[in-house]
Amino acid sequence: MSTVDEHTNIEDTAFGKKAAGPVGWLDDRLGLAGASKRSHLLRKVFPEHWSFMLGEIALWSFVVLLLTGTFLTFWFQPSMAETTYNGSYTPLNGLEMSHAYASTLDISFDVRGGLLIRQIHHWAAALFVAAMIVHMLRVMFTGAYRKPREINWLIGIGLMVLGLVEGFAGYSLPDDLLSGTGLRFVDGLLRSIPIVGSYLEYFIFGGEFPGDVIIPRLYMVHILLIPALLLALIGAHMILLVYHKHTQWGGPGRTEKNVVGYPMLPVYAAKAGGFFFVVFGFTALMGAVLQINPIWAYGPYNPSEVTAGSQPDWYMGFVEGAVRIMPNWESTFFNYTWSWNVFIPAAILPGLFLGVGAAWPFVEQWITGDKREHHLLERPRNAPFRTAFIVAAMTAYGVLWIGGGNDIIATKFHLSLNAITWFCRIGLFVLPVVTFMITKRICIGLQRADANRILHGYETGVIERSPDGGFTERHAPLPVGSQYSLTNHDRLPVLEAPPETDHNGVAAPHSRMAKLRAKAREIYYDGSVDKPTVEDVHHAEEHLRDHDGHPVELGDEFQGVSETGVPRVH
Amino acid sequence: MSDELDQLTDAEPVKDPGLPAHQHRPTDVDPAQELRAERQITGMFTLASLLLIGFCVAYVAIDKDQTFLGWSAMNFTLGATLGGALLLMGVGIIQWAKKLMGDDEMVELRHPAASTAEDRAATLEDLNAGINESGFGRRPLIRRSLFLSMSFLALPTVIMLRDMGPLPYGHKNTVWKKGMRVVNDVAGTPIKPSDLQVGQLVNAEPAIMYEKDKDGEAVLHGTELLQEKSKAAVIVVRMKPEAITPAKGRENWGIDGILCYSKICTHVGCPISLWEQQTHHLLCPCHQSTFDLADNGKVVFGPAHRPLPQLPLALDSEGYLIAVSDFPEVVGPSYPELARDQKRLDDKS
Repeated sequence: MSTVDEHTNIEDTAFGKKAAGPVGWLDDRLGLAGASKRSHLLRKVFPEHWSFMLGEIALWSFVVLLLTGTFLTFWFQPSMAETTYNGSYTPLNGLEMSHAYASTLDISFDVRGGLLIRQIHHWAAALFVAAMIVHMLRVMFTGAYRKPREINWLIGIGLMVLGLVEGFAGYSLPDDLLSGTGLRFVDGLLRSIPIVGSYLEYFIFGGEFPGDVIIPRLYMVHILLIPALLLALIGAHMILLVYHKHTQWGGPGRTEKNVVGYPMLPVYAAKAGGFFFVVFGFTALMGAVLQINPIWAYGPYNPSEVTAGSQPDWYMGFVEGAVRIMPNWESTFFNYTWSWNVFIPAAILPGLFLGVGAAWPFVEQWITGDKREHHLLERPRNAPFRTAFIVAAMTAYGVLWIGGGNDIIATKFHLSLNAITWFCRIGLFVLPVVTFMITKRICIGLQRADANRILHGYETGVIERSPDGGFTERHAPLPVGSQYSLTNHDRLPVLEAPPETDHNGVAAPHSRMAKLRAKAREIYYDGSVDKPTVEDVHHAEEHLRDHDGHPVELGDEFQGVSETGVPRVH
Repeated sequence: MSDELDQLTDAEPVKDPGLPAHQHRPTDVDPAQELRAERQITGMFTLASLLLIGFCVAYVAIDKDQTFLGWSAMNFTLGATLGGALLLMGVGIIQWAKKLMGDDEMVELRHPAASTAEDRAATLEDLNAGINESGFGRRPLIRRSLFLSMSFLALPTVIMLRDMGPLPYGHKNTVWKKGMRVVNDVAGTPIKPSDLQVGQLVNAEPAIMYEKDKDGEAVLHGTELLQEKSKAAVIVVRMKPEAITPAKGRENWGIDGILCYSKICTHVGCPISLWEQQTHHLLCPCHQSTFDLADNGKVVFGPAHRPLPQLPLALDSEGYLIAVSDFPEVVGPSYPELARDQKRLDDKS
């Protein structure tokens, strides 16, 4: 309250007077004040919506990963050389194992707080990928990747790929039975790569699987190469975010040409900074009470042993599922063996997911022909094709995920493993089509409901009895702000068949491409409901304001009645 | 297109009513609420400090072996104090922002992402001046030879990776050879047919894995042992002889219904171990490929393509199971040169 009267200038405070010297010294050399003024950095405005926090979860869990990961490197020994364990965990005492596994046991049992940090690290990794995926879905569902943000979308795809590889590399480091089984799968995947597979296998593993170099090599990848790339890409992601300014939801006073929200200093610095502590605190509590990857229970890696119910970390589940449900195709030609049964699900399919994701903004732009900048987010219902497409992709991902847990599902629910596999094999192709159609219908239904609320107002809950005894519910117009929010989106384009001939009567060049595009546009906009026209709204206003039939006027403050019949006002 | 769009904007059915009036928070208008929020937030930060001191106390006071409700007491206490403190700090800072910091919404204007035409022209001019002064365009000989040397830079980059590993030599040989005993993989003891009952499965290894040289050192150890294990591990099963339908040429590969198969899945190499006695099926726990051991290790379900390689068995003079030869088929997951290697194995036998 009354911040204005108590307003003090920092240069007049005791702290300000002391700091003026050093800050001036820095500015003499770096010119920070000028840079800050030009970009309005300190008071940069950020719009507010809960969904804008998802990317922040990813960012902060990455910072948690850097901090906890650094701690773990103080003790972890990335060596596959043999040693005999002699530590606090007595069941494994005297067993031969690699230094990697032994040092992970030491971190878990002999370094105080080591287990906690290991568990925070693992939970934060799972959270990092999860937050990236949910953030990506938010961006996709709301069309936030549209011009001018396509490059930032591609950077995001790069971050996702790196995050997956980084997670897998980390999972492989402790050299326990489960992580070794994961590497055995990577070995099989490398071998399945046509023609050069064996070379890749021998070069990456330094000889025959498992060799003795893969863990030191993955360690370098895990703590240096990929984190450096991730940091660089995150930096670029943030710089572009600041340059483009954040997208916002449309509404009264919020347009394509402005951004409405709170300044970075103090509100967003506090909210975002505070949120780092929340993410760290949350993962720390998870590390305290939820066990993750108890490597001591699996034992050291042994290529002739495996535990039933072997599962990768959750984000690799879709690849695992694809590998499980793939038919056993393998062929021999040109004197080479082609392992389609591994190569298609483990290499081509993830590539397809990412490739379609990367290409989507450009494909959509080609279909719609929309070259404008977009800073207002689109409600998912107002882009039924896009929304349905994403849901279809999520369905395919979900089916693969079920496939990845087919053994667990079979034992927990007493179902036939083969039946689940067949369900996934067929479902992978059928279910996305079904969910596509359902989602599109739901979107169109919601568009209609929006138009209805504009044209017929909302249901007030006031029941009126007419002179001839009939009962009707009174409708009232929505507040103008809500009406504006509901109609603040693009009108549908007029679809026209491309001209077959140019103005000279000659067959138009590129007419085949133009026809294809017209067809694509027709499919893209098929069924979408346009927002009401000016005339429609005008008629509706007259109709709703007509008090002749109604004995009582509702008044400007009226907002309907509650379930108990009490009128609601502002 | 832009004219069209301007018309569309005019045709907006509802005009923008502008930003709604600012609504004050309870903490803005009620000093009691403001004071309360201040106390709450200070309370959170103070409690966080106490928890962090608690963390240090727990670090020195709690014994590593102590448990609490089934959790490691150390892990639980450290995590709960640290996590609790961090959460309180985070929530406190956010509450401060939400309840007490200025909450007047600000409006900032956007600018197109593109540079202005002037900026583009000026930059282009600089670029052209630079290129012209370099003579990059006028001196094709230098330019092309530079590109040539740049592309040759790829050669050392690639060739330097050559020593990452040996050239592939395939996976057609394992340590199995004629006369090698099949031993139990727990104790390394040799197996007699009478040790196995019908329906029983035993995980086994070649005897060399347990052999010691004259100095008492294991013949195979460390990486080499793991590499050989990842190819040579086997399972020995006993079925009713009449249930088995051996392929042509394999009639004498078993002893009284005892057969020996590679344990390494031909899909991506997991050790296969889930045995269904009744159906003679062996299921891989990784990707659920299923092999029929009564029918020459044929694939009956799942993503594996090739049948499990079978190891021909015999008995030595003491009546223990031995291998007649190495596997006649390539063991483990497929690889590009598999077809070639398999042909060589076929030619040899």
